[in-house]
Amino acid sequence: MAAATTPVLNASPATGLHSFVRRLRSGDEIAHLVTLCVASAVIVITSLIVYELWLNSSLTRHKFGWHFLFTRVWDPIAEQFGALPFIYGTIVTATVALLIAVPLGIGAAIFLAELAPPTLSDGLTFVIDLLAAVPSVIYGLLGIFILVPLLRQYVEPFLMGALGFLPLFRGPAYGVGFLAAGVILAVMVIPFIISVSREVLLSVPRDQREAALALGATRWETTWKVVVPFARTGILGSIFLALARALGETMAVTMVIGNTPHVSASLLASGYTIAAVIANEFSEATSNMHLNALMELALVLFLLTFTLNGLARIMIVLTSQRGSGTGDA
Amino acid sequence: MMHAATKPTLTRPTPPAGNGPVPMTDLPKRMSVSNLNFYYGTKQALFNINLGVAVNRITALIGPSGCGKSTLLRTMNRMYETVKNARIEGDITLDGTSIFEQDVTQLRRRVGMVFQRPNPFPKSIFENVAYGLRINGSKTSVADAVEKSLRRAALWDEVKDQLHKSAYELSGGQQQRLCIARALAVDPEVLLLDEPCSALDPISTAKIEELLFQLKENWTIMMVTHNMQQAARVSDFTAFLLMGQLLEFSPTAQLFTMPADSRTEAYITGRFG
Amino acid sequence: MKLRWRKFVSATMLTLTGVCAVISVSLLFFILGYLVYHGGRSLSWDFFTKLPAPVGETGGGMANAIVGSGKLLLLASLIGVPIGFLGGIYLAEFGGTSMAFAVRYTADLLNGVPSIVIGIFAYTVAVLPFKHFSTVAGSLALGVMMIPITMRSTEEFLRAVPRTLREGALALGASKTRTIASVVVPAAYRGIMTAVLLALARVAGETAPLLFTSFNNAFWSPGWGQPAASLPVMIFTYAIAPYDDWHRQAWAAGLVLLGLVLLINVISRLALARGISAPRA
Repeated sequence: MAAATTPVLNASPATGLHSFVRRLRSGDEIAHLVTLCVASAVIVITSLIVYELWLNSSLTRHKFGWHFLFTRVWDPIAEQFGALPFIYGTIVTATVALLIAVPLGIGAAIFLAELAPPTLSDGLTFVIDLLAAVPSVIYGLLGIFILVPLLRQYVEPFLMGALGFLPLFRGPAYGVGFLAAGVILAVMVIPFIISVSREVLLSVPRDQREAALALGATRWETTWKVVVPFARTGILGSIFLALARALGETMAVTMVIGNTPHVSASLLASGYTIAAVIANEFSEATSNMHLNALMELALVLFLLTFTLNGLARIMIVLTSQRGSGTGDA
Repeated sequence: MMHAATKPTLTRPTPPAGNGPVPMTDLPKRMSVSNLNFYYGTKQALFNINLGVAVNRITALIGPSGCGKSTLLRTMNRMYETVKNARIEGDITLDGTSIFEQDVTQLRRRVGMVFQRPNPFPKSIFENVAYGLRINGSKTSVADAVEKSLRRAALWDEVKDQLHKSAYELSGGQQQRLCIARALAVDPEVLLLDEPCSALDPISTAKIEELLFQLKENWTIMMVTHNMQQAARVSDFTAFLLMGQLLEFSPTAQLFTMPADSRTEAYITGRFG
Repeated sequence: MKLRWRKFVSATMLTLTGVCAVISVSLLFFILGYLVYHGGRSLSWDFFTKLPAPVGETGGGMANAIVGSGKLLLLASLIGVPIGFLGGIYLAEFGGTSMAFAVRYTADLLNGVPSIVIGIFAYTVAVLPFKHFSTVAGSLALGVMMIPITMRSTEEFLRAVPRTLREGALALGASKTRTIASVVVPAAYRGIMTAVLLALARVAGETAPLLFTSFNNAFWSPGWGQPAASLPVMIFTYAIAPYDDWHRQAWAAGLVLLGLVLLINVISRLALARGISAPRA
């Protein structure tokens, strides 16, 4: 027993070129290298996207600088380009969408997480997930032929009559416009809010609810004052996620927003969003300057969604960590 | 759980002739562990372990939870290398050659392992046993080798008509014997068993213990068990570990009747663990 | 007294949440209902077999768009699936390093990029240098969209394979690569396939990235280097046009597209819910 030598051997893969080459002959390192190279394709592609957008918008970036973001005029013929109408339209439609979708979505998520029995909850969530799978152009189709006439004939006249004193609801009712786009976007983002919020609500530890109920709180008070606040970071994350989706939505919005590059206070007016103008004008852009302007718009959109998605993910991760940290006995 | 102050009774079936108790120093050793220290990152889990694994005998590792017995077992076929921060000092030899100087996949063919929970692959019974043969490029007919393995694992009669059924259709005990057959198929020299019966019912456990008696005629076996009676029933040599240290290593009969260390005695009489 | 009020509030608010859920769920049925009603009436044998009629004339179909979509999706999977699959293997089996973290983060980032921006990317890479629209460019855009979805799903399903299965293979002397190829991937296979189908269903409905890559075509598109018609683009083009007949056809196309997308989704999700993974002992 007991050899005289006691070599000190490091068990984890040794560093150094010599052993790397030795291991390379085995299949494992090759597999590692190959899959690594393929996986890095995402990094290459994403960098390329940013690079191309940056490169191809250089003309307008140099000509207009930061003013690009604040100028109202969008005139391809006179080669005057300002992003303000599109940024405005994008923000307004997204806001309208969230104002509708957030209460509806969180309400539904509360029902599914707290009230519905598990089979019903799973079944309904299944249906709602299918809603998220409906293509954008289908929403646009329904928007043009169902929603817009509805708005034009019934809803908008009603709003003008009842709330016309507000600048929000003035002007002729065409049906198309910010309101229509906002409603369609709301329908499109509801599934995201519901499914993420439901999950974070479900992950709130049981003992939180039990503590509240044991103190004599009603079901609603428990839910609204204990469970939802506990999950609020994750719910906020779901809203950010929905917002990021809404900002990038193209087809449905293009089909119902009216495609007019104007800034208008009224929700009933026609407008435009970044994604919509790119979709409409890109293939017919005549001058280089026009194309550059559209590319710069795409860059703005990319940065916006990038930031939002990043924030959203951080928030959702934060909530799930919190949940597991405090829950276990 | 054992009652305090009762020593485990040594009820073993009569061992086959020729394998009677022999003083340990006379026996050739298949594997040797020398001055082994094991670290998970900065935390040390094994302290200066020295022991020899005797040829064609069963060596049992016992000790309370967390004492390092599974860790030690896993160093024998370098399975710990799948964990990121694991580090070793010292040496382990197989037939005189250090296991760290061999190709690890070759080593693992020579030193097989059966795990605590049966882990058959999602393949047919036949393919499970054949897996090791196929990857090692077997020269004999696969079908014959599979049958031989299943016979050695005392499973052939039960599955010979359903070789192409999924391994998951077998019971827990049968699956574990399948895993033993799978490990035997590549003709290892040593068989490592990590609490092989802890997930099984008493009847399957008895069958596997019986199987181990037959297997030790041809294979060197090292086994971790938390069940002291099992160690006493089945093994020839027993090592007692506590908090990463090897406190005692002797022939089983001796360890259980006249333990040299007071802590060993405390453990086997149930005062802790 | 106060208690009665609190209980009343509780009951009301909770009922309201139920109403929210009902509204949300019924949206899907409204969508399906309208499409079946309007689209069903316009579906005909012609729709599937004829080319579009010239502008202003009635009749014709969308045969070229159906085939075009098929071609686009085929090439897109050839681009997106291998990269996503191998990348997913990297993340699951060789992960833990900062490189893996960067890849994962970037994949999630790419997933969130609006599809129109991906379309612009494909334009700059595959249309601009060749000065014409093509199926390849469209497939590139769709393929790029499939990569992050496939990659993360593959990673998830591979991670779900129990560690003890891998150890069983390693203990028999299999190398890591062998273990992955012959044990881990087969165990995760069905889940990954389902995820790929879901990714396909997602890009099948995408219109924006095709608008300036594969563009559109009134006729058949031979080979891969010509502009091609696709169902989503046709729906868009026909819906915004002033012709009633085109509107009719847009509904029909919408029904076909949605039907296909929903069918794949329902089947895949049900299959996943039943647990497509190695059954436990």
